[in-house]
Amino acid sequence: MKKNDVILAAALIGIALAAFGGAALYSQLTTKEPEAVVRLDGEEKGRYPLSEDTTVEIRQEDGSYNILRVESGKARILKASCPDKVCVSHRPISRQGESLICLPNRLAVEIENGAESGIDASVLSR
Amino acid sequence: MARRTAYLGMFTALAFVFSYIESLLPINLGIPGIKLGLANLVVIVALYTMGVSWAFALSLVRILLAGLTFGNPASMIYSFAGGMLSLAIMVLAKKWKVFSVTGVSVLGGVFHNIGQILVAALVVETAGLLFYLPVLIVSGTVAGVLIGILASILIRHLNKMIKEGQNVGKET
Repeated sequence: MKKNDVILAAALIGIALAAFGGAALYSQLTTKEPEAVVRLDGEEKGRYPLSEDTTVEIRQEDGSYNILRVESGKARILKASCPDKVCVSHRPISRQGESLICLPNRLAVEIENGAESGIDASVLSR
Repeated sequence: MARRTAYLGMFTALAFVFSYIESLLPINLGIPGIKLGLANLVVIVALYTMGVSWAFALSLVRILLAGLTFGNPASMIYSFAGGMLSLAIMVLAKKWKVFSVTGVSVLGGVFHNIGQILVAALVVETAGLLFYLPVLIVSGTVAGVLIGILASILIRHLNKMIKEGQNVGKET
């Protein structure tokens, strides 16, 4: 083993460590925690991280309302002014792309940055 | 020529057996693709004792045999990409004469992994690539150093024997 070989091995490990650090930093910057995004008429009204338990009332000018509850990593609609209550009876959502929709109030709650649902789960939830 | 052919056959058989032994001993460090590269030991020895074209022939036959017997078409493609890139880089590094056998082996080990990752990147999406590469560079370097030290000892002893063998072969 010559000196050049040692330099080569050290340089390669140095590059690997730098790339590893870069990759770790990159993933930390780009992965966000899952959030429930509330939209009215397609317009974003608020983002609520699933990690924090909270209750939000989304009231509109015409008096219609939906009460969103985030609890133990899941989001659901507790109460709503709409006549059919489809959103209230929908099961709590937590996975990427799942949504609660209240058509009469033109409200949509969607999960962003959530864990991908497995194949079985997506069959059940959609 | 007959002796060379005999050596090539012996080397190929050795590389094949090493591939098989390695397939029986999976090193599981959480990431696929980490291995010692025992078959590469034979390829390096062949490269230094018999020459470039023989090393390529040996490597190709080894990959084909291993893929057909205990691999699958997918693993054969990965082995092919890794093996050919690795050997091409080793040939260049050997010509460059900056590194000894160990350095050449390190480059071979690292580029074997890079070749496989490039193929994997073509098959699946590129995101996972970033995270595998550093680990595989380190594992390629470590394996390359170990194989390189072994290879340099073997080459020192075998070179004389094979060269002498060729002369005897020419005389008879």
